[in-house]
Amino acid sequence: MSILVNKDTKVLVQGLTGKTGTFHTEQALAYYGTQMVGGTHPKKGGQTWTSGLDGSASLPIFTTVAEGRDKTGANASVIYVPPAGAAAAILEAIEAEIELIVCITEGVPVLDMVKVKRALEKSNSRLLGPNCPGVLTPEECKIGIMPGSIFSKGSVGIVSRSGTLTYEAVFQTTNEGLGQTTAVGIGGDPVKGTEFIDMLEMFLADDATKSIIMIGEIGGSAEEDAAQFLIDEAKKGRKKPMAGFIAGLTAPKGRTMGHAGAVISGGKGGAEDKIAAMEAAGINVSKSPARIGKTLTEVLKG
Amino acid sequence: MNIHEHQAKALLKSFGAPVAEGVAIYSADEAADAAKSLPGPLYVVKSQIHAGGRGKGKFKELGPDAKGGVRLAKSIDDVVAHAKEMLGNTLVTKQTGPAGKQVNRLYIEDGADIARELYLSLLVDRTTGRVAFVVSTEGGMDIEAVAEETPDKIISLSIDPDAGVTASDVKALSDALALTGEARNDATKLFPILYKAFTETDMSLLEVNPLIVMDNGRLRVLDAKVSFDNNAAFRHADLAPLRDMSEEDEKEIEASKFDLAYVALDGNIGCMVNGAGLAMSTMDIIKLYGAEPANFLDVGGGATTEKVTAAFKIITADPAVEGILVNIFGGIMRCDVIAEGVIAAVKEVGLKVPLVVRLEGTRVKEGKEILDKSGLNVISADDLDDAAQKIVTAVKNA
Repeated sequence: MSILVNKDTKVLVQGLTGKTGTFHTEQALAYYGTQMVGGTHPKKGGQTWTSGLDGSASLPIFTTVAEGRDKTGANASVIYVPPAGAAAAILEAIEAEIELIVCITEGVPVLDMVKVKRALEKSNSRLLGPNCPGVLTPEECKIGIMPGSIFSKGSVGIVSRSGTLTYEAVFQTTNEGLGQTTAVGIGGDPVKGTEFIDMLEMFLADDATKSIIMIGEIGGSAEEDAAQFLIDEAKKGRKKPMAGFIAGLTAPKGRTMGHAGAVISGGKGGAEDKIAAMEAAGINVSKSPARIGKTLTEVLKG
Repeated sequence: MNIHEHQAKALLKSFGAPVAEGVAIYSADEAADAAKSLPGPLYVVKSQIHAGGRGKGKFKELGPDAKGGVRLAKSIDDVVAHAKEMLGNTLVTKQTGPAGKQVNRLYIEDGADIARELYLSLLVDRTTGRVAFVVSTEGGMDIEAVAEETPDKIISLSIDPDAGVTASDVKALSDALALTGEARNDATKLFPILYKAFTETDMSLLEVNPLIVMDNGRLRVLDAKVSFDNNAAFRHADLAPLRDMSEEDEKEIEASKFDLAYVALDGNIGCMVNGAGLAMSTMDIIKLYGAEPANFLDVGGGATTEKVTAAFKIITADPAVEGILVNIFGGIMRCDVIAEGVIAAVKEVGLKVPLVVRLEGTRVKEGKEILDKSGLNVISADDLDDAAQKIVTAVKNA
């Protein structure tokens, strides 16, 4: 089992015809035949996209997401459009009732995301991101930009605010021989579609997921909220072994560290508070980003 | 992007918010004319720097008994005397750090008779995903201290983006600020105006501290701090001229030209990393092994050779840097591109300090080969732990 995506997931690409969309669609097709079913472009509907890798793969291009969904049965979409158009792309996917929308785009204005978040509240769609690396279930489905080569099928569920730290956790759990059920990047923006709690709930409910890695960073209180959620669930007897990591112990206050959401403001959002909250919830928090996998192995050995 | 108080007030005024009359000046020669153009008889001379705590701040060049960065003046001569003393000198406040900031412009403002000082800000509440008003009756002081000591005196109200500021929102905020009479009437206009200004110009923070009730019962924006969301700059070309480069670190300005996320820090190990989370972690792990990072630098997902070269140059231009750690986990970013960028940069600017490179992910083999064949004195590392220990050791032994 896995969460969010599997071999039956059918993916539309919003922004397929651009350089980034093309490159990562080729990579996804090459990854255990992820079901990429088509792309959208407002002016190129009816045309065909051809893979640049070997020219053998081609995908239909639709004018709208709704048309693409109707003709392909797509239940997921991935967005590679530039920041100025990203919110409109998400809203179009929500309108077309796509179940899972993954927005890779970095640099979406935060007030655009406020509008998107409101629209999500009134819909049944789930959004991952923006500013996220996507989601990957090993040997089944790759949506987004994660490098497929570092994954192996296994038992660890991974959820992270940071793209490259997701790769670290994936690579390390592969090297530890644990492998992954699903890795999810929820993104580094302050206002986003999905927070830790929803993903932790899914990993707790997934039988194949035997342990969980959660990677956070400075800014906001999502890690503290997640820790409280884990404490509450543990009281109901729902608990899995967990390791974690928080980036930004050395970050200066009041400065935005690359991710729009990574900023310590008003004395809130510092790494120490997050680590303390996670440890209080029974998560073994690694001090070194190079030892997240090893930390989990140690937890599992007891 | 942050802007100065006088710019923030002009912007809010254009949306219809009540602010005092004022004039920004850049030299003491302009002080008398500026003051004469105001009603008087009370004036306020305010240092314009991108940092708070100006009133309680001290000028480095003046004695400990000299007045702070915001001064009252009761005559035009007073205004001129203050301007002469303040302009060009370095103001040190709680927020500037010990180095302080040079005061290059002043805002001469008409004085006000203050009955009450309130706190009001707008920001994006990450928990609700909405724009929120944060208000308190305890205005005019450090709001972080209020939050620490009396958190119940701070009230936050999120606004539904579909509805905007409703009558019941205005009532709730007015009640929270205990507004009565004329002030309460002014608030029905002011709160929606501030929300409109915030959303239409893509602000990330609008802080009015204090918002005052004057002796005549009316509301006025007495101080204003505005930051804009850089991600929305593409749709606000009109706001670009408000940027004051003299308030920014030179290396950060250079980095922004190449769309690199860079933050200057105080340590001696320069870092070049892809991904914000990994870049922060790289700083953390340098500290874990007993050294200090010189910077945060995220080259981003789609970096080109030119971008990597620019990043490398910015790092090596910092005289404090005694060693460099390049840490790349390629997803979008290809390791061979990083390797080529590093080599191009070293050929251009030379390499006088130890360089440790850790590559992993997409095209790692090609990347490592390029570095090996280059003949450069590069110390390669297997993982982040190994890389951090190697650079810390290399710098200590250098």
